[in-house]
Amino acid sequence: MSVTTPDSVVGSFTAEVFDAHLASVAHLPAWWLDRKREAWARFCALPLPKRTDEAWRFATLTGLKLDGYALPAPVTAAGLGHTPIGIAKAGRLVFANNRLVASDPVAAALAERGVIFETLQNALRKHGDLVKSHLLAQPATLGAEKFSALHTALLDDGAFIFLPKGVEIADPLAVFHYAAGAGAAVFPHTLVIAEQDTRATIVDFFRSADAGAHFACGRNDLYASHGAQLTYVAAQTWSRETLSFQSNSTVARRDARVLSLNLHLGGRQSRHESHSQLQAPGAHSEMLALTVAHGAQEFDQRTRQIHQAPHTSSNLLYKNALLGRSKTIFSGLIVVDPDAQKTDAYQSNRNLMLSDDAEANSLPGLEIQANDVRCSHGATSSRIDPEQEFYLQARGIAKDAADELLTFGFFEEVLSKLGHEPLHDALRDLVKAKFQAQPAAAAPSPA
Amino acid sequence: MSQLEIKDLHISIGDKPIVKGLTLTVRRGEVHALMGPNGTGKSTLAKAIAGHPSYTITSGEVLLDGRSILAMHPDERARAGIFLAFQYPSEIPGVSIANFLRAAVQARLGEGEELDATAYYKRLYSKMDLLQIDRKFTSRSVNDGFSGGEKKRCEILQMAMLEPAFALMDETDSGLDIDALRIVADGVNALRSTNLGVLMITHYQRLLGYIVPDHVHVMWDGRIVKSGDKSLALELEAKGYDWVKNELVPA
Ligand SMILES: Nc1ncnc2c1ncn2[C@@H]1O[C@H](COP(=O)(O)OP(=O)(O)OP(=O)(O)O)[C@@H](O)[C@H]1O
Ligand SMILES: [Mg+2]
Repeated sequence: MSVTTPDSVVGSFTAEVFDAHLASVAHLPAWWLDRKREAWARFCALPLPKRTDEAWRFATLTGLKLDGYALPAPVTAAGLGHTPIGIAKAGRLVFANNRLVASDPVAAALAERGVIFETLQNALRKHGDLVKSHLLAQPATLGAEKFSALHTALLDDGAFIFLPKGVEIADPLAVFHYAAGAGAAVFPHTLVIAEQDTRATIVDFFRSADAGAHFACGRNDLYASHGAQLTYVAAQTWSRETLSFQSNSTVARRDARVLSLNLHLGGRQSRHESHSQLQAPGAHSEMLALTVAHGAQEFDQRTRQIHQAPHTSSNLLYKNALLGRSKTIFSGLIVVDPDAQKTDAYQSNRNLMLSDDAEANSLPGLEIQANDVRCSHGATSSRIDPEQEFYLQARGIAKDAADELLTFGFFEEVLSKLGHEPLHDALRDLVKAKFQAQPAAAAPSPA
Repeated sequence: MSQLEIKDLHISIGDKPIVKGLTLTVRRGEVHALMGPNGTGKSTLAKAIAGHPSYTITSGEVLLDGRSILAMHPDERARAGIFLAFQYPSEIPGVSIANFLRAAVQARLGEGEELDATAYYKRLYSKMDLLQIDRKFTSRSVNDGFSGGEKKRCEILQMAMLEPAFALMDETDSGLDIDALRIVADGVNALRSTNLGVLMITHYQRLLGYIVPDHVHVMWDGRIVKSGDKSLALELEAKGYDWVKNELVPA
């Protein structure tokens, strides 16, 4: 082991692990292997987050240790206990422990029109240049660069979605990412390239096959060309012992509209970073998130709305419901470049406190260099309204059920923006399942 | 016979007494009108019986079929058969009427019993048709952006769905136009014939033309100062509250 990579910094991810990984992916093209080596060097060189790092303010740093994880052995689809989500899908990819284990391709008619819905590895063979120019092309800048570098260094496979000009797909394309077995380290990846005037919905499901302590370090890149309309949904239900990092990056070109909705339910400690770059006039990004934090869970969300061109708009609405001793952090920044006049940007974080012991932290921010813009932000924390609670109780609904109903009411503002009923219902069901698994009064899980 | 008995009830908000010794018995199938000037404690009485946590019952009893309900949670009281039609119903954004009523109906089923969704919707739609409420309302959020009259009609829809034994109707007539008043009155009269007991708080004789009360009570400063039959409401309308103040309130 070299002096620059002491155990305390890299935990389970030692030089030996990386070397073994490199040997296992020797078939990859040189450019990819070079990126891996660079990323590995970056991972080793970057320090772990420190107490004084503004980008990690309020985060529980002791929870970020990388010990006890390993690149996992392959598993088969049969062992996953895969439960369907009950919605019609245009295609499906199921990854487990970083490998594809099951798939349903898109309809032949779509494939003939040039739609690619494949693994990165397969796409690489057939469309190498496309993969090369878009894979990990957007920077991660919100604080988890060390973990981003680890993702790049150890990324093995993921979903590659390409929508050629003018293609519209009504049903969602679904990608499942499983972690299976104690200590499994997974690196989920979904890359979406939407060409001009396309329209599609992509859903990432992050799941644990068991209650083990998993490590997930994922990345999702969306590239929306001129006039593309993308809906991206992520439903995170990792095991309650999982440590997860996820970085989302969205690029919206002229008149493109991207709506992303991240549902955070699982994990012990989850960090989610989301970047939206509005790069040309008419671009719009709708950034939505819903979190239900139970027990001792911690959800740390950092966002950046980056307006790089005039006449662009973004609207962020992150809602958290907190129970038990849970903790949430929201830190968001609206950045308006000097020539991004007529920017219209909004940012809002709303916390519903269902417990006196929970902690919601909010750090909204603006960094505006243009003078003719409309930007605003706000953060609120509130409790259940006792009059609303009484109204429901006066109809015979018990207090816990009333609070649950009111929490769904609180979330509805976000869910209704999806405009896709089956997906809306599927997400509601996930939230409901979480409430049923651990009602408000139940004891918190061990940290 | 099934009855709701209010016995020498005293209710405070904080340490301020509002209801100061009120006694009243409503039997099933009876309609009692409760009238009285603003601020006299009518809503306080209704909400306290329903179990609102802001109101403290300092003494007295409320008995449902002889058993005290005062130790029960509001939802238990509701399931035991008490329904409060609110003077000012809460708006609940994001919770649809359909889901809300479904939860309320579900709450009345036994452990492990599943709601029959088809039958539920059938019943809901038939009640809505009866009350002439557009079926589109089922997907709207509870009272959110409703007009005053729509809110009141929605209260009656809930009552019709939940079939209580006793209804405390707090100024359900306020805000209703003349057609809506008739529709609501028809709804209440239909329930009355199936043995609903009603305590109807109102300021207007107008309603009592449609729902003819068995008893009328006049409330003043936290107490009932006069009870009578339906003619008392007419007398009250003719003479006004000065009459109450000067002749009925003990000096
Ligand atoms: N939450 C509260 N806090 C403090 N005072 C209250 C509260 N609710 C009611 N009150 C007071 O209690 C008194 C009785 O109010 P209540 O609403 O019961 O009157 P009411 O008879 O229903 O009047 P109205 O005819 O105007 O509806 C009033 O003086 C009112 O201001
Ligand atoms: Mg009142």
